[in-house]
Formats: sequence, C-alpha cells, structure tokens
Amino acid sequence: MKILLRRYRFFLCATAACVLFLLLLPAYRNKAIEVIVFQTETMLLVIPPIFILLGLLDVWVPREQMMRFMGPGSGLKGTVFAFLLGSFAAGPLYAAFPVAAILMKKGASFNNIIVFIGAWSTTKIPMLLFESSALGLRFALSRLAIDIFGIIIISLLMKALLPTAEIERLYKQAEAFD
Amino acid sequence: MEAALLYLVAAICLVWSFLKDRQKTRIAIQKSFKAFEGILPQFLVIFLLVAMIMAILDTRTISLLLGKSSGGWGVFAASLVGAVTLIPGFVAFPVAAVLLQGGAGATQIAAFVSSLMMVGVVTLPLEIQFFGKRAAFLRNSLAYMFSFIVAVFVGWVVNQ
Repeated sequence: MKILLRRYRFFLCATAACVLFLLLLPAYRNKAIEVIVFQTETMLLVIPPIFILLGLLDVWVPREQMMRFMGPGSGLKGTVFAFLLGSFAAGPLYAAFPVAAILMKKGASFNNIIVFIGAWSTTKIPMLLFESSALGLRFALSRLAIDIFGIIIISLLMKALLPTAEIERLYKQAEAFD
Repeated sequence: MEAALLYLVAAICLVWSFLKDRQKTRIAIQKSFKAFEGILPQFLVIFLLVAMIMAILDTRTISLLLGKSSGGWGVFAASLVGAVTLIPGFVAFPVAAVLLQGGAGATQIAAFVSSLMMVGVVTLPLEIQFFGKRAAFLRNSLAYMFSFIVAVFVGWVVNQ
C-alpha cells in the first residue's frame, strides 16, 4: 500500500491540481474533461498493441540479432533501420520511450536509439501523407528532408554531449526491464 | 485506421508466437503487462497535465496566437506553443492548413509543427523515467533549437 502510494504520489498531486483547476476555472471545465476523455481513449486504443509487440520483441528477438541490425557496429544500415522502424510506427511519441528502452536492452546503439525516437516523432509515413494533403507537398517534403538531416545531427550531438558514464547508466537501467 | 493496422500486426505476431511456443508467449504477455503497469503512473500524470494545458490552449487559442503573430516573434511564439502542447497530427494539420490559408506564414507554421512533434514538455516526466534528466533535457533542447532551422528552411522552400 505504501509502495503504491509512493509510486502514484505524482498522480495524486496532479489529480488534486486538476480538481482545483476544474473547480476554480469553470470556463475551461468542459474542454479539460473532453481532453482527458480523448487522451484516455488514445491510450486504451493505441497502447495495448504496442506493449504486446514490446513483450514479443523482448522474448523472440535475440540480442545478437538486434546487435547486428542496430548495434554499435551496424553503421549506415543501422541508421536506416532505426529510421524505418520509427517511421512505420504508430502512436504518440510517449509510446516510443518504452520501445526505445527495449531496443537499448537488446543492444541497439545510442545513436540509433535517438534516430529511432526522432523518426517516431516526426517522419511517420501516414502522418506525412496527411501533412502533404493538408499543408502541401512542398511543405511536407521540405520538412521531411531537413528532418532526416536534423535527426542524424541531433543523434550525433547527443552522443557527443552526454558523458559516456551517463549513457552506460541508461543502458544498465534498460537492462532491468523484464 | 492507423490503430487498426497496429492491432492487425500485433494480432498476427501474437498468433504466430502462440503457435510456435505457448510458454514464451505467456512470458511475453506478462512482460507487456508489467511494462505497462510500470509506466502507468507517469501516463496518468501526463493525461492530467495535458488536459489542463490543452483546456487553456485549445485549437482556437492556438489559431489566434499563430494567426496574429508574424515575423521573428511569431516564429518564437509558434515554437513555444508547439513545445508545450500535445496534439495528434490529424488534429494539428487541418488547423495549420486553415491558418496557412488565412494568411499565416509557412515559417511560423513550420516552427509550430516541428516543435509540436519533436519537443514534449508535458511528456518530459515520462522521458526522464526512461532516459534520465540529462538526456531528456538535452534531446528536447536540441529538438527545440532545431525547430527554428526547420522553420527557416521550410519557409524558404515554400515561399520560392
């Protein structure tokens, strides 16, 4: 019970804040409730299959295989693979983090992890189609082009700016996923 | 549509796994549940934060902010709004399209779209959970700065 309380302490704080918000700002009440319902729907709809795939990935994909595809020595092939994996994903960015943790556990390199997150956040293929129909092909394609470039730069900068000890710590932490 | 495809893929993998090895499948599903339960508290916090922020910054307010502001200040405002909001693309793109037709600059819209997708201020608690404070702050800061480059580049291409 105590552990449960500890784990959910931020949730309890946020709930209290939200209740206050709803009580004190009645003008925003309907909208806030609408968003909570929408977010919950998204979570219930999109998250279960992602987590099922996550569990299956953990059980079925051997570490050696992932190392070969996305490991430190995978080079350009690994980067392309990380891009494709992120681009074919579905779901909000926050669903990418647990998947990234599993990929880390399986030995994907830190660069490729960051590329994967970048691709998931911004170069998803269904979204691109939607973007080009809404904002025009020029807009969507130029954004895609600069994003591919930027995602790689960001991954290189992350690797360069983060201390090796911190990256190792993150890998150790991912190892604990079970 | 996207979700249906995701379910299809997950179902096919699950059936395949079950046919190949029941015991392994059982372990996989246990792991799925454990992982989900592990981040549920963070998920719930994010939902409530998002609800409060999005109640104030609804699409109408965002349109007002992005539609009015122009120039460098407009790009800055657009990137800030994008960073603190969490809107799915299928809602954000039509809004952005209306703004573009209404005369908003492509540069501002690109700054908004880019920081909306790559920067997540409200999802930071979750990102920190998996990537630690340093990596999470660094990734978001870099992505935020990058959204200005995207804005300039896309604005330049679109206005050619």
